[in-house]
Amino acid sequence: MSILIKGIDASPGIAIGNVFVYEEKEINISTKNIFDNEVSSEIEKLKNGQNKTKTQLLQIKESTLKKLGAEKAEIFDGHITLLEDEDLFDEVIEKIENDKITASNALSLGIEEYCKIIGNLDDAYLRERVADLRDISKRWIFNIEGIKPMDLGILEKNSIIIANDLTPSDTAQVNLDNVLAFVTEVGGKTAHSSIMARSLELPAVVGTKEILSKVKTGDKIIVDALKGNIIINPDKKEITEYEEKRSIFFKEKEELAKLKDQSAITKDGKEIKIWGNIGNPKDVEGILKNGAQGIGLYRSEFLFMNSETFPTEEEQFIAYKTVAEKMEGKPVTIRTMDIGGDKDLPYMNLPKEMNPFLGWRAIRISLEFKDMFKTQLRAILRASAFGTIKIMYPMIISSIEVKKANEILEECKSELKSENIIFNKNIQTGIMVETPAIAIRAKQIAREVDFFSIGTNDLTQYLLAADRGNEKISHLYSSFNPAVLQAIQMIIDGAHEAGIPVSMCGEFAGDDRATGILLGMGLDAYSMSGISIPNIKKNILNLSKKECALLIDGLLAQTSSEEVLDYIENNFKLI
Amino acid sequence: MNSKVVMITNETGLHTRPGNKFVQLAKSYESKILIANEEGKEVKGTSLLKLLSLGIKKGSKLTITADGTDEINAINGLSELLINLKD
Repeated sequence: MSILIKGIDASPGIAIGNVFVYEEKEINISTKNIFDNEVSSEIEKLKNGQNKTKTQLLQIKESTLKKLGAEKAEIFDGHITLLEDEDLFDEVIEKIENDKITASNALSLGIEEYCKIIGNLDDAYLRERVADLRDISKRWIFNIEGIKPMDLGILEKNSIIIANDLTPSDTAQVNLDNVLAFVTEVGGKTAHSSIMARSLELPAVVGTKEILSKVKTGDKIIVDALKGNIIINPDKKEITEYEEKRSIFFKEKEELAKLKDQSAITKDGKEIKIWGNIGNPKDVEGILKNGAQGIGLYRSEFLFMNSETFPTEEEQFIAYKTVAEKMEGKPVTIRTMDIGGDKDLPYMNLPKEMNPFLGWRAIRISLEFKDMFKTQLRAILRASAFGTIKIMYPMIISSIEVKKANEILEECKSELKSENIIFNKNIQTGIMVETPAIAIRAKQIAREVDFFSIGTNDLTQYLLAADRGNEKISHLYSSFNPAVLQAIQMIIDGAHEAGIPVSMCGEFAGDDRATGILLGMGLDAYSMSGISIPNIKKNILNLSKKECALLIDGLLAQTSSEEVLDYIENNFKLI
Repeated sequence: MNSKVVMITNETGLHTRPGNKFVQLAKSYESKILIANEEGKEVKGTSLLKLLSLGIKKGSKLTITADGTDEINAINGLSELLINLKD
């Protein structure tokens, strides 16, 4: 009987192979007291262990440098610095001398003190650095005691490593010719071993809790690191099933990689822009890797939410500038702060509201908190000198708000000018189209702005009067509802009549089933999270805009979301 | 003696890799280097373990203090390194 275990997918892929249980050798650290005349020999052991550990870490660093590049190798420079930390060394020696305990015992106690402090920090990323410390401590104690650490470099072919935890140095030693995947009981997505697995493109599932009690070395095992599933002792049927899944995964990966640098051009020769959505500068890498040609939505509120006070102009400037520079001239659309609704900001002390989504949020707050808004606009303007930045106002219902916001923008521009700070004088300003008011008045308001970007998540909930977070009515919330589709068509037509481009940055743009209908409706740009990009690009390459356009009348004649989905299934698949 | 307050702006804060760069640079000066966090906890700038224990994340404000013949150089060099941290 096969056993199924669930974990967290830390690095994507599928592997079928044989279990290699990697268990830490138990070391019994002697807690007995030593005699006065043994103190100096214990200190000597501590020093020798330190030297040996340093030599080993230098070797690991070398092999990491070859396998993974300089950035990953630098982790071990950090480990060596920790190993040679003077404060730690002095503290451990003090323990040996004063408490009369062995070198291993003193070292273990000394490092644990730091593990405790670091393990209690309120930052998750820093907390996970405890793993680095324990890695060093283990190796050092092994070397003091003369125990040879288990070697992950010499496993049999088709091995899948199962361990309670893998340290960065363990992961660095993995030989990719023999190892297909690894599974750990503990750890999260940001642990060093997970990060390294992704760089190595080695499938990994972490956080599987009690897997070690259920496997032994040599067991057949399937690791589905796409879903985070593990199957121990799979039957023939399961093996065949996963062999197929694995070959599909490899094939798709290969094909999508080919798409990365390709433009999204329809079969009838129309070029469509494919952009990415990001929350902070770190996300740029992910969307670029997937072939984004710009950023259609930079959610600036994350800067506000990840902070305990309002971010300063300088902090915002650095974030925006970093993104602009990383994008090397490709468009970056920054949405001004979109707080309120389901996004709270504790330090703002926003009043509790009966209907937060219909309440004081986004541009409505910005226009009232003028100083805060000006800080943000000044930061955006300053960053505009470093790339192609556009400003997007959220939650607009009329041209009056656009006018007010632009007036404040002009104020900021003249301030910067008098301070001799450079910025793009012709910076484009556009709006999120997410309220029914703008959908209905699209044609008129399009003349007041440089671009539209349709936010389908809120637009859908406002048009259908259906709270998108309420499970009871989740069946009513669908962007495939004909009313929503009709509104999208009105928005696109309104924009084009006024001669401005229109993009979409809501979930709908990354929905596989919607690519054809949006293309037929005339959408100019799709913006989505990085992982959706290759798929949507592939869809565009296989569709003809002209043929899709011919299907729109029939689409809008449907009477429900279900009918719309049937219509899409029956018509768009055939193009 | 000289000191300066610096704000950490990189996403992941002063963890092992950037922390190591800081410690290596701090060791290269002749001056004695001390680092304090906002709560006033002060540690040696040459101990990576002590730095990690301060829990320096994005948005943290640090006070760098240097005491010695090259204190001005030390303050400038170290604060520049912190301001320009990436990732």
